Amino acid sequence: MVRLITHNMLTCHVKNCTKDNFPLVFENVELEVRPAEANLDFIKRFIPKLEWDALVQTARSIGEDSLPEQMPEDKATLESEEFLQKLHHVLMEIHVEEGQMKCRGCGHIYPISTGIPNMLLAEHEVGR
Amino acid sequence: MSRPEEIAPPEIFYGDIEAKKYTANTRIQNIQSEMTDRALELLALGDDEAKFLLDIGCGSGLSGEILDEDGHYWVGVDVSPSMLEVAVEREVEGDLFLQDIGQGFGFRPGTFDGAISISVLQWLLNADSAAHSPAQRITRFFTTLHGCLRNPSRAVFQFYPSSDDQVHMLTTCAQRAGFGGGVVVDYPNSTKKRKMYLCLMVGHQEVPSGLTEGGMEVDDGSSSKVKNEKRRKARAMASKKMKGKKALGSVDKDWILKKKELYRQRKGVEQVPRDSKFTGRKRKTRF
Repeated sequence: MVRLITHNMLTCHVKNCTKDNFPLVFENVELEVRPAEANLDFIKRFIPKLEWDALVQTARSIGEDSLPEQMPEDKATLESEEFLQKLHHVLMEIHVEEGQMKCRGCGHIYPISTGIPNMLLAEHEVGR
Repeated sequence: MSRPEEIAPPEIFYGDIEAKKYTANTRIQNIQSEMTDRALELLALGDDEAKFLLDIGCGSGLSGEILDEDGHYWVGVDVSPSMLEVAVEREVEGDLFLQDIGQGFGFRPGTFDGAISISVLQWLLNADSAAHSPAQRITRFFTTLHGCLRNPSRAVFQFYPSSDDQVHMLTTCAQRAGFGGGVVVDYPNSTKKRKMYLCLMVGHQEVPSGLTEGGMEVDDGSSSKVKNEKRRKARAMASKKMKGKKALGSVDKDWILKKKELYRQRKGVEQVPRDSKFTGRKRKTRF
């Protein structure tokens, strides 16, 4: 049940892992697409929070390439319903059910099973 | 009632049995949803726009469902796999994470528009293993939480502290992490209904006030004292009236006749004076 909207907000929280800790890289993923009701206003308001490069990169890595490489510059395209629908599909409807997320910085692996990522750390990895 | 956090660590206490209880028991559900509603009220999200919220200790997603109903998007974290399993079975809308909140969050700055947490914070106050230091875990929790909340926003925690020291410790840690705000107590004079909410704020905001029995907000002006005094007097008057009525009603002729009949049955007719027109009559004052 990891949606890309949440993944785009997630960094590695291992102690002293401050470089390359975002985005976490998906590995061996199993996807599931579940249609969800679209709230385009919410998506529109959420755009400024997104890291576009990370989103596109992640989406491509799991075989979803409907998004443009660069975030559209002009406001008209950005707020067009077609674009927001696309974004809604990528952010809200694609769920990662199985697999793992790996931090590029420290190499920590967060396993995902039945849609729930295990974010627990070993005691020595906990930041102070 | 014993405190669950003293029995076992959360991930063990909320095992399969306890998780099942949470979904099967309507009383627990009612209490949870009531507290969630109040927490949402304290969160003061304002306009009816959908928000991105964090549910700390989401468990089986009871509070999450209420967030769903309001159209919010949410992310839930919990340390108990069994509870999360139930949440998955119930097909809640939010994203779920298996996470120990004492280890901190890894969300990007400004991610969430608010955070709620129902009956969770007291778990952080216990050291469940030798490596755990409550103060350190609480500090880590509050600092990372402060980091991932938007400015301005709020985080509301309903919790059951076992002493004032614990409340003090939590508020100091929260302040050190950069939060403003404080504790809101609902129904402070009721043992059963009394609920404590830690209401933390990012950015400068005012602390909301707690609910009281009469449904009135507590304000510490003199007006409320006068109000209470009036109410207290009225109540005293009412109870006095009742007493007077009862006293008159209880020792009257009917009552005496009833008693006499009773003693006749118990001790025999000879032992009890017979009834006459003077029975139960009031004496003149000269006697």
